[in-house]
This record gives sequence, structure tokens and C-alpha cells, in this order.
Amino acid sequence: MNILLNDNFDLKTYITNGGYNALKKSFTLKPEEIIEEVKKSGLRGRGGAGFPTGLKWSFIPKTKTQKYIVCNSDESEPGTFKDREIIHKNPHSIIEGMIIAGYAIGASKGYFYIRGEFAREARIMEKSIYEAKEAGYLGKNILKSGFDFDIVVVRGAGAYICGEETALLESIEGKQGKPRIKPPFPAVKGLYGCPTVINNVETLASVPYIVIYGGENYSKIGVEKSSGTKLFSVSGPVKKPGVYEIPLGLSFKTFFYDWLGGMKEGEELKAVIPGGSSVPVITAEEAMNTKLDYESLQKIGTMLGSGGMIIIPKSQCMVELLYVLARFYHHESCGQCTPCREGSGWIEKTLNKILNYKAKKQDLDLIVDISNNMMGRTICPLADALAMPVISFVQKFREEFESHIEGNCKICGK
Amino acid sequence: MLSEKIKQNLKNIISKYEKKESAIISILHEIQKEKNYIEDSDISELAKLTELPYSKIKAVLTFYTMFNSKKVGKYHIQICRNISCHMAGAKKIEKYISEKLGIREGEVTKDLLFSYSTVECLGSCGTAPVIMINETYYENVDEKKIDEIIEKLKVAK
Repeated sequence: MNILLNDNFDLKTYITNGGYNALKKSFTLKPEEIIEEVKKSGLRGRGGAGFPTGLKWSFIPKTKTQKYIVCNSDESEPGTFKDREIIHKNPHSIIEGMIIAGYAIGASKGYFYIRGEFAREARIMEKSIYEAKEAGYLGKNILKSGFDFDIVVVRGAGAYICGEETALLESIEGKQGKPRIKPPFPAVKGLYGCPTVINNVETLASVPYIVIYGGENYSKIGVEKSSGTKLFSVSGPVKKPGVYEIPLGLSFKTFFYDWLGGMKEGEELKAVIPGGSSVPVITAEEAMNTKLDYESLQKIGTMLGSGGMIIIPKSQCMVELLYVLARFYHHESCGQCTPCREGSGWIEKTLNKILNYKAKKQDLDLIVDISNNMMGRTICPLADALAMPVISFVQKFREEFESHIEGNCKICGK
Repeated sequence: MLSEKIKQNLKNIISKYEKKESAIISILHEIQKEKNYIEDSDISELAKLTELPYSKIKAVLTFYTMFNSKKVGKYHIQICRNISCHMAGAKKIEKYISEKLGIREGEVTKDLLFSYSTVECLGSCGTAPVIMINETYYENVDEKKIDEIIEKLKVAK
């Protein structure tokens, strides 16, 4: 599909490469026909949850009231840095995707919500929106279609939780980013109480391609229920870390050796977190035998998530890495729900004890027990996002945790 | 005290949003850009000028980690400590910066130029370790690069 193939940085290059043709084609179609194409494409939300995009759009009521498209560029999941790359290389594909989405659901306004730290990226988007407006792709009566659409860039200010879609809406409204209780879902009552679709950057950037080539053609890329290409952002000690666009269903082994160049000199693969820090970790062996698509990863008990792939070498201590993650989730818990607020703190403290050789054997069962009691008992999935790594780390690398309890971790050197 | 520039710009910022309250984050960014941190008296003044409750502004300020309510250096360094940067040696980077500047986390150098804090994932994991100084990212940093960056900033003041 080539989200990243060309450096479509400015409007001129984007148009030379066929940019905004999808928008022109969209205006020859009825909004419901576009939704139908997106449904046919099988495109699933690329932010992490993997919810079918066309279905999400179809939940928006067909009334003539104010509606919104919100692009989620809060990208804060540890290991995930793919949306930033799209903004750097292909900002107009996001804008075009947002306008088409707006036309499909009948929204006249879009918000581009970007994490506060991405100041440079916010400026890139503002510049690109300005370019699009000057060229008549945004504003009143776009390309004489009678359709009006505008995009406003809103910067966050440092809060992982704002990636959760209802927390993000709260943040745009100028409040603390605390997730809302659902239902009502944003499709019914979203931004300022109006029907709202919230899509990830990569999801929206995929829309122009689907409109041009048709949903069916898109669905032929990848494998059955995981259609299309997906960006993977790879970090850790591989030879070539970075962002890669691959067809879903590619084997990890091929990706690892042919694309990433394998491990750096002197490092050996121990484990992989395939889809951002909140998905369960898998062992090197499990990774080598899996394919990279929603179903294959689900089958081995993990998730594709955001595609933020973290490669863990044998030289890293799993206890220390899990402590780093627990500290993060505790720090980012918004504090609304007791199981998450207290549970994440308790897990962090206990892991700190384990890490520093001060724990007893039952502490290991304790953190798993706390995790099990956090899962599914909160307003948003942040509690699960910590529980899943804890359970999988302890289950798959129990001997490393036990060595910290016995006081003889070979990796940490005690 | 809020500067005249900020005061004059308030209406302009608020006009971009559908509700006055929605402009709070954006206004706080502007204040911080100018003076690097936001004092309690700034919030009171802002509350009066915008006719928004003090509590609402304070709630936003304290929720988002990018806003500094304590004094920081002219150049505030944020060191990412999350998993990918951790594996790439973030702890060593912190130790090096701390020793080089002679400060601990949260302290400001005597010349008021530098301060640092450790932060969670900055979303640039493929080029770990990463630090951010005010609004600029520095990727794949090591001791030599840090020396160069700090020297440059000292000269620029």
C-alpha cells in the first residue's frame, strides 16, 4: 500500500504522486458507498484495538446534527513510533483520510489531537493543513462539492491515558484526560456531546488507498481477517530498528532476518513484545513460529496491538524490564478506578522489592493475583495493559523472577 | 505575572476553540513557552482574565506532566526512561547528565541554565536513547553527543 514509500512531504509532491485523487473520487460517491468500501476492505483500527473501521463509521446516526472526526495521534504506547513517521513522511495522506471520513459520516469538523511532546509534528500538521486549505481541499465547498470541512490541531501535554478515545475527547474539551464510562459510546455522544468517530493516524492514512483501489482490492493484501499492510515500529537491539510497512501475515522469522537484519553483534534474542508494551510478551521460540497478523498472534496468547514491536535480548533482566513497565503504568493511571490506581502502585512496589532481592516467594503469586483482580474491572483498559505484561512475564520467565527472590540473578550480576 | 503578549493573545487562542474551557491546555503551553514554568499567581491571574474557575485551570495544570509548576532551567532536559530507552542505557545517560551538570533530578544549575527530569516514553523508541530539551528531540544520544549539545546551549544561552 506504501504509506511510507514516497516522501510525500509537501503538497506538490503528494499531488504528483496521485494525492487528493481519492477525495475527488469520494465526491462522486454517496457517503454510504464509501462506508461500504471501507467495510469491504476489512480495515481494522491501527491504534491497537483492531476494531473494524467501516463498522465504526456506520454507527454514526444519519441525522443532520453536528458531528466530528477526531484523529488520534497521541502515540504514547511504549515501543510505538509509527504515527510520527507518517506525519514526517506523508502528512497529507492523514488529512485526505480525515476529509473522506468526514464526508462519509457527515462531519464538517475534524480535530487532530497530537501528544504534547510532538511539537515539531504539530507544526508539520499545521503547515500541511494550511497548504491543503490554500489549495481548496479544506474549507467551504471543497472542490465545488458543496461539502465543508475544517481541521484543528490540538496538542496534549503529556498523559498516556489521553490515547484512550474518551480521555482524548475530555482533553480536547480542556479537561483532565479521564476516560468516560461507556455507553454512551462516542458514536452517539462524543466530543461536546455530539456523534464522533475517533480513528488512529495510520487508519485514516489508509483510507485514500481504499477509495482509489476499492475495498475488495485492499482486502486482497494480507491474510483473511487481517487485510492490508501494517506499520511495525521496531526497537531494541536489532541491526536495523525503525518503522516498516509489511503485508499482514508475514512470518516473524522473515521479518526479523530479512527486514531487521537479525540481532546486533553479541546479542541473542530472548523475547518479543509484538504490539506495544501492554500486550503479553512471547518467547523467542514462539516468535519464530508465528506470523504477524491479528489472528496468528491471538492464537499464541498475545496481540498485534499498535505494532510497536520491542525486541528483548538475553542480556536484559526480565524483572527489571517489568519493573520499568509497572512504574510507567502506575505513573500514567488516571486514578479514577481503585483496582488500577491501587493495583498498579502495589505491583510497582512489589516488583521493586523483587528487583532488589528483598521479596519472598509468595510475592510472585501476589503480583499475578493483583493483576487477575485488575483485569476487566475498570472503566478503561489501562489496568489490563499492565496486568497482561505482568502475567505473561511471570509465567514465561518465572526462573528469572525466582533468581531475584533467591538472590542470585546472573543477568544483574548478583 | 503574565506578560502583555500573553494577555493580548488570550482572545486569539480562545477563539480557535468551540468553548473557552477547551483553550486551557493551549494557553498553558504558551505561558510555559515564555517563562518555562507556571506559577500559582499565573493561574490566579489567568482565572480572572478568562473568567474560568481557578480550580479548573489548576486541575489541568497538575494532570499533564509536561507542565512545570516548579522552576526549571532555561533548558529543561527530559530523559526518557521507558523500556526501549532503558535497554539502550537510559540510566547511564541520566547519571552522566546529572554528574556533568552537578544537579539531581528536579534541581536547577546555579547559572539557571539547566535542569532535568526523567520521563516516560517519548515515542521515538527506534532511535533510543532519546532526550528532549524544551521542545526539541535529540535521538541516539551518547556521552559525546550530550557534551556537544550542552556546550552549544551554553554558548547560545
